Amino acid sequence: MDYVPHTPEDQRQMMEQIGIRSVAELFVDIPEQYQLKKLMNLPPALSEQEVFTLMKDISARNAIPPITLMGAGVYHHYIPAVVGHVISRSEFYTAYTPYQAEISQGILQAIYEYQTMIAKLTGMQVANASMYDGASAMAEAAVLAAKTLNRTRIVMVRSVHPEYRQVVRTYSWSNGYEVVEVPYGKSGQCDPDVLLKAVDENTAAVLLQSPNFFGVIEDLSLIESAVHAKGALLVSGFTEATSLGILRPAGLMGADFVVGEGQSFGNPMNYGGPYLGIFAGTDKFLRKIPGRLAGATVDREGKRGFVLTLQTREQHIRRERATSNICSNEALCALAAAVYLVSLGKNLRKLAELNVQKAHYLRQKISTLKGWEVVFPAPVYNEFTVRCPNPQKVNQKLQAEGIIGGYEVEKEYPELKNTLLFCATEMLTKDDIDKVVSLVA
Amino acid sequence: MDLIFEKSRPGRVAASVPKSDVPEVAMESIIDKSLLNEEVDLPEVAEVDLIRHYTQLSKRNFGVDVGFYPLGSCTMKYNPKVNEEAAKLPGYTALHPYAPVQFSQGSLQLMYELRQYLSEIFGMADFALQPAAGAHGELTGIMVIKKFFEKKGEKRTQILIPDAAHGTNPASGALCGYQVITVRSNTEGGVDIDHLRELMTESVAGLMLTNPNTLGLFERNIEQVAKIVHDKGGFLYCDGANANAFMGITKPGNLGIDVIQLNLHKTFSTPHGCGGPGSGPVGVGKDLVPYLPVPRVVKREKGYDWDYNSPDSIGRVRAFYGNFNVMVKAYTYIRSLGPDGLQRVSEVAVLNANYVKERLKPYYDIAYDRICMHECVFSGKRQVKESGVHTSDIAKRLLDYGYHPPTIYFPLIVPEAIMIEPNETESKETLDAFCETMIKIAKEARENPDLVKSAPLTTPVRRLDDVKAAREPDVCWGKAHAGKKV
Repeated sequence: MDYVPHTPEDQRQMMEQIGIRSVAELFVDIPEQYQLKKLMNLPPALSEQEVFTLMKDISARNAIPPITLMGAGVYHHYIPAVVGHVISRSEFYTAYTPYQAEISQGILQAIYEYQTMIAKLTGMQVANASMYDGASAMAEAAVLAAKTLNRTRIVMVRSVHPEYRQVVRTYSWSNGYEVVEVPYGKSGQCDPDVLLKAVDENTAAVLLQSPNFFGVIEDLSLIESAVHAKGALLVSGFTEATSLGILRPAGLMGADFVVGEGQSFGNPMNYGGPYLGIFAGTDKFLRKIPGRLAGATVDREGKRGFVLTLQTREQHIRRERATSNICSNEALCALAAAVYLVSLGKNLRKLAELNVQKAHYLRQKISTLKGWEVVFPAPVYNEFTVRCPNPQKVNQKLQAEGIIGGYEVEKEYPELKNTLLFCATEMLTKDDIDKVVSLVA
Repeated sequence: MDLIFEKSRPGRVAASVPKSDVPEVAMESIIDKSLLNEEVDLPEVAEVDLIRHYTQLSKRNFGVDVGFYPLGSCTMKYNPKVNEEAAKLPGYTALHPYAPVQFSQGSLQLMYELRQYLSEIFGMADFALQPAAGAHGELTGIMVIKKFFEKKGEKRTQILIPDAAHGTNPASGALCGYQVITVRSNTEGGVDIDHLRELMTESVAGLMLTNPNTLGLFERNIEQVAKIVHDKGGFLYCDGANANAFMGITKPGNLGIDVIQLNLHKTFSTPHGCGGPGSGPVGVGKDLVPYLPVPRVVKREKGYDWDYNSPDSIGRVRAFYGNFNVMVKAYTYIRSLGPDGLQRVSEVAVLNANYVKERLKPYYDIAYDRICMHECVFSGKRQVKESGVHTSDIAKRLLDYGYHPPTIYFPLIVPEAIMIEPNETESKETLDAFCETMIKIAKEARENPDLVKSAPLTTPVRRLDDVKAAREPDVCWGKAHAGKKV
């Protein structure tokens, strides 16, 4: 099935118009010796029925667990039915970037609304139309800080998601910046004294995450003024977007950029993507932030309308002097996030509270098991770390029941022996939690 | 049309949240009050209001399913629905990326095989699927080259980019710390060989070539270009944005190309979603495989697994493994078409572009009059001279006739450029109707230029004030209010 509508007669007439006798003549510019003489070695074409059966078969080789305790950057949340319906409208999903504003008012207005909601939730004045994911959003914030301040040192707390730190390191390496990692404090929050010792006059950005990788909520007010006193910028990240429903926005606590993963807002886990990077900043960076921005304006008759704006920041205008090379973003995922936020409205707070309650219940129950203990005393959102006698065995026991267990923290943090990171969202019932606890007891 | 915030009424809500079934504890006893917000400021609407809001917005949007979309360089082909249905299967959507590999054999198999298929189609040693979009793939590809030289202990500081390249190319090069040097195009739209020879030194890491180039022309001197770059120890990078032109016809790997990034959301028909999600796999030759991002899917005796052991790798360019759900669509597409189907795609994409070129040639100036590949580039110079009608006016007039306009003012080396990429999924009738419309607009430009300059007349809003948007930026509601409601 090739989806080509041409009949032999169409093709004949078209070749006649062009003045060729065979399609091969269209490829005269490709040197003869490089033209393929036989078909590519690929599996043969399939009918729609066959291909759909094949795709079902492959998907069936995945096992979807009835219960998952895994968070660690990606979260299992209920997605209201309206989200799928809206993003399945093909006027949205089959459109390109809205370069032609007059026939793209739908997505431009939706993105403008998305930007507004993100700005409100993060306590910022500006949010862009999305980045690739939370990790690349954080890396781009670090690069932007370094370029803006003309400094070359990035300071990052070790409690930032390990993969985010890897991405920051890759981007920093390619730009020639130095990355310094500082340890977290005993409570699980960052230790202001340790952190601030690492911040010098060449530090462009301090990166931390709240809730951090251990689920622990950071208190930016403890470090904000000292970071700024050194002239550095404070970048606050997150991986669990629903926490924005209950936590004091980082923008109101002195962050210059708030960056994070928006997956929790209406996007399925999808084995790692697509998700959306949230990128918000203060007014000062309006003309510098990477990515697309939808802005309100008026048409010839004075009617309100929306366009992609401040494009002189971007690669297609500024080329090698652009702040970022980003072109495509994750617009449809941002649309899903917008629909999710509109559907929940003020209930986002209730949902966030429910996450806190579920995680609190699991944490209380599991940490009272013999040989189990909570690792960090600081407050958490919907994830927490526990030490237990044998994490691998715990996960194996759960897997035997089809359950995906916790994240084995020692892999990335050798200093945290026998530690599991568990997540409990609104998707876990009390019965699920009780079952899990009895299984691992 | 009202904003969702303007439709908000206190007390309304669309989605309900279950009651807690665990013993409730006071929030402030778990999280210090100083770390909690007061309330969330989000719109309050009923479900029906939400659905009508977004349905009305969708009616103010234009996708491939609405009409012909010859946006050059963007490959807006039809997106088969079976791909979408496959990608919605819960077996793909509901899996956590940290699921143990015994839970994710299907996803791993799909990624492993997709890499094999892409390697075969493009003649590369291997592909990395992690980059989230084309520009992200470019950045990754250039990082791979940078890492190669770093490991060899060689310091190269420059990268060469033709003047016709996409803006992402120089931006990607600069993000890797390279000084970007521009190579001129020759009178045929290809690389100026003498200029390339002059610039290509041992300080140059490589040349970022787009082939077919942004004029829709195949680089005839590709062999020579590759030799000049390779003789100085550099790499030949190919921006694969235009890969729809040569599948099954030739392989970049055979042409001396060392690195190529693809755009699955172009060539492999995964929809663009108003600008994303895309997916930008990077293919490399044998020498560069060790530098690709981690982790990589491997096939072991017991099944598929993730391999994180790659000491020379550039590291990660994003979290997890890439835009997996987009890969499901591309995989479905490749399996539907098979080797002959993919070849037919490129043949017809090129046939369609040449047909449009021949039909419009008498009415618009052609930038370079020779056989083109999957797209053709015109210039609106004649219309400007005759009647003061610019390419932007022609584009806006097309909106009135129900078309998405071609890409305009790109490539930068063609004045008043009109870049048309018709794609293989469009029938002769569709192309004929579009050409008739373009011819009609050329006539209107001569006879009634003010009509064309005042377009669009039929869209929900008239031409929008970009200057105002940039001078008085309003990117967040509640701060500034521009204009009357629509």
